[in-house]
Amino acid sequence: MSTAPFDEMTLADGSVRQAYAKLSEWLKTAPAELLNYRVEEAELLFRRIGITFAVYGDQQAQERLIPFDIIPRIITAEEWGRLSVGLEQRVDALNRFISDMYGRREILKAGIIPEDLVFQNEAFRPEMAGKTPPHDIWVHIAGIDIVRVDSETFYVLEDNARTPSGVSYMLENREVMIRLFPELFSRHRVAPVERYSDELLATLRSLAPRSSSADPNVVLLTPGVYNSAYYEHSFLADKLGIELVEGRDLFVRDDVVYMRTTEGPKRVDVIYRRLDDEFLDPLVFRPDSVLGVPGLMAAYHAGNVTLTNAVGTGVADDKAIYSYMPEIIKFYLGSEPILKNVPTYRCREPEALKYVLDHLPELVVKEVHGSGGYGMLVGPHASKEQIELFRAKLIASPAGFIAQPTLALSTCPTYVNSGVAPRHVDLRPFVLTGSDGVRIVPGGLTRVAMREGSLVVNSSQGGGTKDTWVLDE
Amino acid sequence: MLSRTADNLFWLSRYVERAEALARILEATQRLASLPVAYAGSSNEWESAVFTAGCDDGFFAKYEDATAETVIDYLVFEKENPSSIVSCFEVARHNARAVRTALTVEMWEAINGAWLELRRRQDRKLEGEELTRFLAWVKEIGLRFDGSGHRTMLRNDIYDFSRLGMLLERADNTARILDVKYHLLLPKETQVGGGLDYYQWSAILRAVSAVTSYHWVYRESLKPWLIADLLILNDQMPRSLAACYGDLVRHLDDLASGYGRQGPAQRIARSTRIKLENAEIKQVFQGGLHEFITAFIADNNRLGAAIAEQYLI
Repeated sequence: MSTAPFDEMTLADGSVRQAYAKLSEWLKTAPAELLNYRVEEAELLFRRIGITFAVYGDQQAQERLIPFDIIPRIITAEEWGRLSVGLEQRVDALNRFISDMYGRREILKAGIIPEDLVFQNEAFRPEMAGKTPPHDIWVHIAGIDIVRVDSETFYVLEDNARTPSGVSYMLENREVMIRLFPELFSRHRVAPVERYSDELLATLRSLAPRSSSADPNVVLLTPGVYNSAYYEHSFLADKLGIELVEGRDLFVRDDVVYMRTTEGPKRVDVIYRRLDDEFLDPLVFRPDSVLGVPGLMAAYHAGNVTLTNAVGTGVADDKAIYSYMPEIIKFYLGSEPILKNVPTYRCREPEALKYVLDHLPELVVKEVHGSGGYGMLVGPHASKEQIELFRAKLIASPAGFIAQPTLALSTCPTYVNSGVAPRHVDLRPFVLTGSDGVRIVPGGLTRVAMREGSLVVNSSQGGGTKDTWVLDE
Repeated sequence: MLSRTADNLFWLSRYVERAEALARILEATQRLASLPVAYAGSSNEWESAVFTAGCDDGFFAKYEDATAETVIDYLVFEKENPSSIVSCFEVARHNARAVRTALTVEMWEAINGAWLELRRRQDRKLEGEELTRFLAWVKEIGLRFDGSGHRTMLRNDIYDFSRLGMLLERADNTARILDVKYHLLLPKETQVGGGLDYYQWSAILRAVSAVTSYHWVYRESLKPWLIADLLILNDQMPRSLAACYGDLVRHLDDLASGYGRQGPAQRIARSTRIKLENAEIKQVFQGGLHEFITAFIADNNRLGAAIAEQYLI
């Protein structure tokens, strides 16, 4: 993997790709002072709006800004067209798979997926077995992480089927860009993203249980101000015009959920919860959870409230199941996956394990249940000691790991201290699934590894974000 | 509206008001303490500030002596003191963040800006001119918050709850100043004209920003019973108990008509207002100024509890 990564603006021969032609021209003429000034302005705007996030275990910087890069990432209409069809297919398959896991389990009976991957998965919720959420839709809001390796190939890196975050950055990054670079927008036809909040509200309303009124009450359930994504929770509640509630604002009586208001109890029909399964209801899950609502699961099972996403969707988005997604798509939809998986070695399989152990310095090894870029080994960047440490871990519990070739993630021009330089990026588009259809807003969250050569884009590990432009022509 | 949202709004504006009141108390104290003993009397003004702020228990658990240094440290910076200026802004900002979307941008920026500024400040020492400037800044934050709320908020229940918190706290502050200083306003056997008490009286007025108002209303030199009249009964004076209760009743009525339901909070507020409306300052002194104030503080606390019971939990 020594070849230079694919740069989305400038090809290996120095020519500029069509989509970036105008941007490249503009970058050449824009004086450094102007860019510096815009960077400062952007920082000021974000700070004032209060877009911050907390990093767990970092007391000093309890509220930090995610670095924002002022150079947009551009995707053509044609590329987006392919992506969005593939995303819709992928989320459809995820939904069918989860429904099957808590229902007839046909894919297990067919021997396509080993049973223990499901039943020993911590995110599998036996409480949901035999249950069907309203409208039999499970993943209402999905964030699918996509990477690009050349001009043709997009890979799905990860499916986020629980409570994917980051959409507030997609929306705010665009707002800030429109304020800072009107001249760039006038030279491009960029598909707007601002209707995401309307689409989300329409999706949530379409999911109301059948017993609810014609004007369902939708709320957003947050763990509270100390959660790292609290800003996003309050941002979305505000954009949607719905109440931002905490567990203590809700109570359950006769299997119906109510919120405490200044005018007395008010029935709640749809809960967009940004709280993990195990905290939802202390009577069913973790008894020490003070973030949830006692009795919520009973109301859920009685069909009196919709939880988005449904309980138990985590069974579909860990890295072990991920490796089976091509088979899952074929099994339920009878078609080939439009978006490819990154080739993945399941270390639980002896042959794969042998290969992985023999090739550790070239591979990326990930914990099956890990997220946020923690607990992974990036072979080419690791020291000998780190590699040996992972070797020992792998031998001790091979089933806990998967490995993938180190991908030459695409790069995008990024404004850093030394000027404009290529940095690795990924993309998280958001897919909404309601009872009335699928909605995908053209765009997503582009995360960028701000350090030269780094492949880790997670915000908790120093990654930044960019505005993502889908061209509308 | 969520009860918790209403609760956050209520306490947010209470704490901003408390911070501002503390700033005014400290300002008046600094001024009085800077006078020669012949003018200010021999009483310890810094100690009196601690009592006015209602922080005496906590303060004397930590310090033996009330000096400029210890009192400023405790009332401005001490995080263990829930009513220090720093704590007030900490709690206010916490509440504001929880109801970020119910606030207008201007209100949020006033609070968030103050909080960021206080976090930047490393030094816990404030002396002389520095203290003056700092207190002026705190008052300005209060004004910005209050004023931008007044200018930018929709006149709905969100507005009502944030005003209720402010007004209840304001009434409490004015009453506590009177409670600590009431003895200075009582008629004395030996009348000292102009001397010691004059500066104490003007300090009381200063603590509620009413020096100029006093002269406009009474067109007289400072008289203790007129000061009491201004602070208790004059409903033109925004920090008087009467004015606070006029507004409290109005906002509670707005809530009741919006929600279509009256409750104990409305009744308690109305009956306190009627007491204030019907009182004359002469009777107040005859019945005992101290007793009057003590009873008022109890009524005010009852109203706070009733509002919480009715709307906030």
